[in-house]
Amino acid sequence: MNQEFAASFVLVLPETFLAVAAMALLMLGVFRGEGSARLVSWLAIAALAVTALFLPLAAPGQAAAFGGLFVTDAFAVFMKILILLGTALALVMSIDFNDREQIAQFEYPVLFLFAAVGMMVMISASDLISLYIGLELQSLSLYVVAAFRRDAVKSTEAGLKYFVLGALSSGMLLYGASLIYGFSGATGFADIAEIMIGQAGDPPLGVIFGIVFMVAALAFKVSAAPFHMWTPDVYEGAPTPVTAFFSIAPKIAATALLVRVLIDPFGPLVNQWQQVVIAVAIASMLIGAFAAINQTNIKRLMAYSSIGHIGYALVGLAAGDETGVHGVLIYMAIYLFMNVAAFGVILCMRQQGRMVERIADLSGLSVTRPGIAAALAIAMFSMAGIPPLAGFFGKFYVFQAAIAAGLYTLAVIGVLTSVVAAFYYLRIVKLMYFDEPVEAFDRPAGRTLGIVITGSSLLILLFVVYMAPVVGWAGIAAAALFGG
Amino acid sequence: MIIQALAFYLFAAVMVAAAAMVISARNPVHSVLFLILAFFNAAGLFVLMGAEFLAMILVVVYVGAVAVLFLFVVMMLDVDFAALRQGFLRYLPVGGAIGLILLAELVLVVGAWVASPEAAVGPIVPIPDPARVTNTHALGRILYTRYVFVFQGAGLVLLVAMIGAIVLTLRERVGVRRQVVADQIRRTRAESVELVDAPKRGGV
Repeated sequence: MNQEFAASFVLVLPETFLAVAAMALLMLGVFRGEGSARLVSWLAIAALAVTALFLPLAAPGQAAAFGGLFVTDAFAVFMKILILLGTALALVMSIDFNDREQIAQFEYPVLFLFAAVGMMVMISASDLISLYIGLELQSLSLYVVAAFRRDAVKSTEAGLKYFVLGALSSGMLLYGASLIYGFSGATGFADIAEIMIGQAGDPPLGVIFGIVFMVAALAFKVSAAPFHMWTPDVYEGAPTPVTAFFSIAPKIAATALLVRVLIDPFGPLVNQWQQVVIAVAIASMLIGAFAAINQTNIKRLMAYSSIGHIGYALVGLAAGDETGVHGVLIYMAIYLFMNVAAFGVILCMRQQGRMVERIADLSGLSVTRPGIAAALAIAMFSMAGIPPLAGFFGKFYVFQAAIAAGLYTLAVIGVLTSVVAAFYYLRIVKLMYFDEPVEAFDRPAGRTLGIVITGSSLLILLFVVYMAPVVGWAGIAAAALFGG
Repeated sequence: MIIQALAFYLFAAVMVAAAAMVISARNPVHSVLFLILAFFNAAGLFVLMGAEFLAMILVVVYVGAVAVLFLFVVMMLDVDFAALRQGFLRYLPVGGAIGLILLAELVLVVGAWVASPEAAVGPIVPIPDPARVTNTHALGRILYTRYVFVFQGAGLVLLVAMIGAIVLTLRERVGVRRQVVADQIRRTRAESVELVDAPKRGGV
């Protein structure tokens, strides 16, 4: 018992380190007082980097800690690295923005770190209890940062909406989890899976209810239609770097959680949940494609775009096999960089010292600021799925998995909606390159944002070059989920 | 045995009646007081079941903290309950319909409820003999060993809630003079008293 207990602490070393670092930075901020936000932010980024180094150390293979509350495997390591990367990039993008908008406070990076800890626990959760704790830790931090600009009505509205609807979804998750527990008498994923194998043919109504409630709650967290209503308002109201963070890290974490929950404990019941995931995927792709067309605010547009992207990722999950999950992993990795590039450019949208958010403000950007126009064009082409860019491969792998699983209708709808979505992505490119220039944007205050934009654009552009290792690594991660 | 049964029916009846009064009382302060009564009776039921730790926690946490907080909020904030009830009739059909659908679904689920045969194997951690181990001790034993990870996680959730409440509500008020005792003591005569040679009848 004692030896196993000690081994458990080694396995959760990355999470423990990050949580302790967050608390230490909180203390540092409190004692240094006002004006320590920049220092705390950079230290937080360093803490995220160190945590990423701990990941492979702590998890050489597949192992469970604390009697199965927590697992580490290649899947968890892959997803956690994406999370840490996304959180660190969002923090880098926040530093100058917060300074200029005068909302720089040291609690901001600390809350980001706690959200990251929550997401890491979510990804590694293999028990209904640790799943819920991780999810709440992440959500609670996100509610606060959504309302971080507390003097702006829109930001507080975003925080409040997110909080109320998030609490509702947590309630649904708990209800579903209690039905599952009531049926199986176990909270561990491995135990539930064992019991579900016996029920694969005709599971009782209560189990199906439980699964549907849990899928609905997690669909809310990944903002998949029809549980997406909060997304545009929250994305528009929250401060822009927070929106960038929302569209990257929590989505990846919740997707990982959804994948693990559906594959691990409910894997034997794939026939039961497949239709739900297909319906959610189709609804998300349609909403993402059609509702975005009329948007005039770039942040709302990105919200609908992210709903659509989640739809495409769910296409892979709907396949319910290793190829499908492989596709989801590749999609999420590419999605991370596309969003970082797009939001990096949105953070540059500043005229005469104030942020602008209208799509029309991008007109003629190629004349006034050719560099960031090119970066946004690359991100938009990639999101639309134009071939040599990264976004194409993301869609390619999920659609391929759907076709291999015989889900032809789903794949056809996916391709059709991505054609519709290409319209509004390309409209932005047209605005930037063929319309009369309006007022030029201010020069960015620091160099960090430029580096982030350039780096992520290059990663999208040159995906073909380094594709093999990423795809291979995602393959190992997907196999880990099915191997056990 | 008969005393236990009597106590059960007493606690249960008072609890149900108090719960009904919570939602039907006109005065919100009365509602909160009935809520406290309901909590006390629930604690009594826990004691009857031999779960004395849960009973104490219920009294300490729910009555001692949550209900008192409610009472403060109800008394301090000027919540206009008449205004809150205004839309009640307008939203009643939709809300009622949703409630009925949920109820029907619940009845369906509960009516067709079966637990898997494997579920009967019993709890993950064996229940210790209540005669030798108090249930406070037994809960502590698994809370700090098997579930220490989620226990600490729950602690982090509370920490985040605290940080969030401070970040979102604490405002540094400008122009407030604070008493700094050290500054007061450090003052010397030279910097506090100024001798002015005021001309006669001229003022300072």
